[in-house]
Amino acid sequence: MIGFLFSLVAVLVLVGIALVGVGGLGLKVLFGVIIPYAAVLTFFAGLVYRVVDWARSPVPFRIPTTCGQEKSLAWIKPNKIDNPCSTGAVVLRMVLEVLTFRSLFRNMKLDYREGPKIRYSSEKFLWLFAIMFHWAFLVVIIRHMRFFTEPIALWLQTLEHLDGFMEVNLASFGVGLPTIQLSGLVLLGGVTLLLLRRIVIPTVRYISLAADWFPLFLITGICLTGILARYVVRVDVVKVKEMAMGLATFHPVVPDGISVWFYIHFFLVCVLFAYFPFSKLMHLAGVFLSPTRNLVNNSRAVRHVNPWSYPVKTHDYHEYEDDFREQMVEAGLPVEKTLEEAEAEKTAKETPAAPETQETEEKREE
Amino acid sequence: MYDKGKIITGLVIFLAIFTYPLWSNMGKAAPVPKPELPPKSVATQCIADTQYMRTSHMTLLNTWRDDVVRMADRVYVSASGKSYNMSLTNTCLECHSDKVKFCDQCHNYLAVAPFCWDCHLVPKPKEKK
Repeated sequence: MIGFLFSLVAVLVLVGIALVGVGGLGLKVLFGVIIPYAAVLTFFAGLVYRVVDWARSPVPFRIPTTCGQEKSLAWIKPNKIDNPCSTGAVVLRMVLEVLTFRSLFRNMKLDYREGPKIRYSSEKFLWLFAIMFHWAFLVVIIRHMRFFTEPIALWLQTLEHLDGFMEVNLASFGVGLPTIQLSGLVLLGGVTLLLLRRIVIPTVRYISLAADWFPLFLITGICLTGILARYVVRVDVVKVKEMAMGLATFHPVVPDGISVWFYIHFFLVCVLFAYFPFSKLMHLAGVFLSPTRNLVNNSRAVRHVNPWSYPVKTHDYHEYEDDFREQMVEAGLPVEKTLEEAEAEKTAKETPAAPETQETEEKREE
Repeated sequence: MYDKGKIITGLVIFLAIFTYPLWSNMGKAAPVPKPELPPKSVATQCIADTQYMRTSHMTLLNTWRDDVVRMADRVYVSASGKSYNMSLTNTCLECHSDKVKFCDQCHNYLAVAPFCWDCHLVPKPKEKK
């Protein structure tokens, strides 16, 4: 509960900072140029640092979570995606994981039925909300590239027009634009449902921390201010693009006449970027680095040696027999090599030039 | 670092995609659109103030369309009390006669494809007097 309130207040304070900073104090250069650059720099540097840091952790053994038959005998049908046996299968598994959240689709829910009997049932809502949220977010981010590129690429225009196929006229209420960009509304819906899930389900609420609430509130804030800026306040987008292009071409300009609502939206986005590398949002990169997904399950086909394994001293049977062959023969025990064979081998080894003998002896010692 | 090749390849791909706005604009000037206003001899004032027209002309036009098509109401009274005929072709385009030099300037700049021209003919630019 503390985490919930803390995060909510934190996001409201952030809104307040932008409101006072731009609306009250007029710090447009700070909020329009300095903070955005600092946030994006933090995002890239932090993300690369985290990934390199992860990559320094060795993963010596195969630990994929498998959900199907491993490849074994020819007449047993393997499940290539859920128990990947080759790099290609892993790539397919990862692609499906990243694009369709297959593991989340398997999400289960424990509940009680007929008194104390427990059962696990399929729970698809989390998957549904997550798919809505992530895909809508992707489309929203890509759509925003119209502010950062000039001329706007054809594929971007196409996406914009596909996303905006719906026409809703709310002008008589004083709000709205002729075209509605659906992705923004789906994103708001998705983030709201994910937020409600944490609030409504007691077990999920119990394990939710500030680190879970804050990104949800922050993204909700971004969505709301974005929708507000587009449909209600209707900020001057030509000037917004002028400013965005200034940032993208490293010739920052801060045009007058942009509503403070835009700056609130922009500041919250900057906070999201800067917060990203320090937070659970790093699953953006982490999903690619999860060893339970990205490893080939080939423990039975390939020997994986732990890189820091201590070199264990061994003394195998052949060496044992070399030590005790005479006694063994005397006692009538069976030997792999007879005394004569062993002798012949020994002389064969010693015959070559003297220095070489020394070398082989050294090697044996090693 | 383990799996150096794969990690670095991944990071390079990530950076290449996420810095799209930076490299796609390299070496290109990004001129701010300058919609050409009608000459003073034609008109000196629009039906509403510039700031409102810049941000909300589409809402206004949509309302006009509904009023005309559904309510058969063709009279628009502006804030200054002047009456106008609600008509894209006869009122708006009377002054802003060149679509390419006026409408398209900002619309292209922001990838906006207004559906005005689904029904309305694109006017031929008038000869300057």
